[in-house]
Amino acid sequence: MIKQVYDVVVIGSGPGGVAAGIAAKKAGAEDVLILERDVEPGGILLQCIHNGFGMENLGEDLPGPSYAQRYIIEAQGLGIVFLLETMVLDITHQRKIIATNKYAGIIEIQARAIVLGMGCRERTRAQIRLPGSRPAGVYTAGTAQRWVNIEGYMPGNNIVILGSGDIGMIMARRLTFEGAHVERVLEIMPFLSGLSRNYVQCLLDYDIPLQLQHTVKRIIGNDRIEAVETTRVDDRFNPIAGTEEIIPCDTLLLSVGLIPENELSRKAGVAIDPNIGGPYVDDDYQTSVPGIFAAGNVVHVYDLADWVTQAGFRAGENAAFFAIKTRNRELRSIPTTAGKNVRYVIPQQINKDNLAEKDVSLQLRVRQPIEAPSRILVKCGDEVITSKAEMYARPGEMISIDLKPKHYDVINSACAITVDVVERE
Amino acid sequence: MKTFDFIIIGGGVIGCTIARSLSRYKLSILLVEKESDIGMVTSSANSALVHAGYDAVAGSLKAKMNVAASPMWDTFAGELNIPFRRCGDFVVAVDEKEVQKLEELLTRGKKNGVPGLKIVTGDELKAKEPLVNPNATAALWAPTGGICDPFAATLAAGENAVMNGVQIALNTTFESFITENGRIIGVHTNRGDFSGRWVVNAAGLQSDAVMHKAGVRPEFKITPRRGEYFIVDREEMKINSVLFPVPSDVSKGILVTATMHENTLIGPNAQNIDDKEDKSITAKGMDEIWNGAKKLVPSVNQRSIIASYAGLRAGGNAPCADSSVDYTGDFVIEIPETVMGLVNLGGIESPGLSAAPAIGQYVVELLKDHGEQLIEKADYQPIRPARPRFRHMSMDERKEMIQRDARYGRVICRCEMVTEGEIVAEIHSPIPATTYDAIKRRTWLGTGRCQGGFDMPLVVEILARELGKSPLEITKKGEGSEYLYRKTKTVEGQPA
Repeated sequence: MIKQVYDVVVIGSGPGGVAAGIAAKKAGAEDVLILERDVEPGGILLQCIHNGFGMENLGEDLPGPSYAQRYIIEAQGLGIVFLLETMVLDITHQRKIIATNKYAGIIEIQARAIVLGMGCRERTRAQIRLPGSRPAGVYTAGTAQRWVNIEGYMPGNNIVILGSGDIGMIMARRLTFEGAHVERVLEIMPFLSGLSRNYVQCLLDYDIPLQLQHTVKRIIGNDRIEAVETTRVDDRFNPIAGTEEIIPCDTLLLSVGLIPENELSRKAGVAIDPNIGGPYVDDDYQTSVPGIFAAGNVVHVYDLADWVTQAGFRAGENAAFFAIKTRNRELRSIPTTAGKNVRYVIPQQINKDNLAEKDVSLQLRVRQPIEAPSRILVKCGDEVITSKAEMYARPGEMISIDLKPKHYDVINSACAITVDVVERE
Repeated sequence: MKTFDFIIIGGGVIGCTIARSLSRYKLSILLVEKESDIGMVTSSANSALVHAGYDAVAGSLKAKMNVAASPMWDTFAGELNIPFRRCGDFVVAVDEKEVQKLEELLTRGKKNGVPGLKIVTGDELKAKEPLVNPNATAALWAPTGGICDPFAATLAAGENAVMNGVQIALNTTFESFITENGRIIGVHTNRGDFSGRWVVNAAGLQSDAVMHKAGVRPEFKITPRRGEYFIVDREEMKINSVLFPVPSDVSKGILVTATMHENTLIGPNAQNIDDKEDKSITAKGMDEIWNGAKKLVPSVNQRSIIASYAGLRAGGNAPCADSSVDYTGDFVIEIPETVMGLVNLGGIESPGLSAAPAIGQYVVELLKDHGEQLIEKADYQPIRPARPRFRHMSMDERKEMIQRDARYGRVICRCEMVTEGEIVAEIHSPIPATTYDAIKRRTWLGTGRCQGGFDMPLVVEILARELGKSPLEITKKGEGSEYLYRKTKTVEGQPA
């Protein structure tokens, strides 16, 4: 039985969504509903059958579906309702949700608070301007992952992968296990875009070559892809004449980046940061629309599902507080800005008074890799509030740094904070 | 051998429109199409415009057909339930030299008989199209210009023909004519022979090869002229009508236009190529389109592009039938004197889509002139109903639809909001969709931001279920374009 009003409604049952549901319930929300478009809860974790999940949060090294299942069981134990095979069509500014489901038809639900947990989608061929013909056999790495791991079908036998994103590297290993030949992985940037551990465990261990500063110049083949023409590029991504190579293949996988999925957020009037593609959030993960929160890859793309879960907990808890109106005090916030060699910082707003009570985590990515000891600096004007040392800083690996209650006094009198990442002297 | 009154070669918009025009009469008609679906070549990859008719050279058959067809579109689209909007078009001038060129176009348009043409000021243009280049000083305004969904036009005409008794044979390639005493009496195809009193050449890019096999116009040659396009995310940019640049001598130029799917379309360039199959996009072409588009709408943003594609125009080299008109590259629509039993068409490039309704009627007139007795059927049904589209329904309509068929409650493509019910309906429609691309062209599924990333595995599964096939047999666009190679846990070349 679907009710008409819920304290908290979560959209999406990936790691962020389920964690948000759990935290909302634990924080006192009476009824929590999680809407999921697929036939099972778990989101993309269900097709991530490789291990590497749970080391941060559970102290165990689990495959994706097992990791998802831990939290789904906990959520079900708390009495959270999952409504599956349900697609949300619309969300209003007043938190009314309209969804469709083939058993119940069109459903209208009023939520006191909403957590957006739609995750992200893959960048496509058009977004990287990939020339050539348009045959079968050109897939995003995630589509191929679904085919292999969920449906049990091989997209091809001779594979080239464009982009060194994590899903691409993981699929290189997965397809090798299934008897396919992965010819090589091409990356247009002069550095890896995914995690170093995936480079070691998925490419190096299986002798799959990675070519940095290389890209596909042309796709060849009318019905099914027959080959790709590759080229080396210069520092401005222009092809270098004379470096072209024709590589026969029957499949080209694209692992060229992920974009937060915010079609529904836009419908609800949530302001989107054009730099990231996700909603502006404060450190409660509340968006620009009061009562609508966002957690996980829908905000920005995380390296680890464990961190998505953590973001979900925080968003869910605050959604519950909003719903039960335990928090109606005036918010006093300051913006965060991306400084030297920083592409973006999340959250974009910090509620000053939260810092009096607990840590606030800043999450960021660098623009350029620093393959040397580096330092993250959080500054108010020229004054360094806090800093943190790292062995290196890479665009493919998210960096986080905490502001602590001891910084409250500085932040309280500040009007903005900036984060820089520099090489250590 | 199966016997028909008419055999039409080619299931593009022209072949399908002619089939529909002939299906009004007591005739048995077979349309043969070499591809796995109708409208797969030029008819589904073009600028999707219904031209007003001021471009074509005065006195040419192109001009005559375009101007005659323009007012027919309201009825054509209305009867067939095709997405069509007479939004008007602008030719935008950005300097004094270009303004002069507008006067030439206006004169030509008036000579062609195009109604309502006028030159408007830059301010009038900007009031209607706020995104247009602020340097625009004037524009030619053609209120009768419009936009349509060209594949939907092809499909609807084809389906309506089928409703009225026409048979369509897909995956059927014309090989040669069967002749008897100098008269064409049928065709050889890869799927057997068919006899017909008349054969219609509507083979588009292949129309030169077809007419040469009948010994007609040996000097006629189709040169494929490739045009590349970008599609822009509908959330990022809105154009209300059609914006053309001032045309050059070789091309109408790179335009920026509204589409019936609410996206903005940019393109095409024009490259003459040799290969009639080469629909690849090129880095050079993409730059060319980009620069062209920026001239009309400087704010267009590369990050908002969601798709790119290329189409081939079937450019011919026929001189205008009226020898007083100095023009080559005209439409060929004729019943040649040299061979009996052939209706010959060729070089039906732009404005071929715009002219299609008139071409269908013109072929009927030609046949009557040649003594063909055409008797109207009492039960001819000109109306082809549209199938329901979840995306365009109100919430109440959606509720009702899901109650009738629960599959309309399952959304398969989230960007374009296409449901399982719609996909299944297309698979079992009068011209069945049996490939992913066929469903994409009919429902617009997979054309949004994620470009099918999420829906593709689901659609393959639905196609396999509805067609009683294995997912391994499901293709993107016909044999040879299978999506999947084998099951996991198997070795290539060995049974599971």
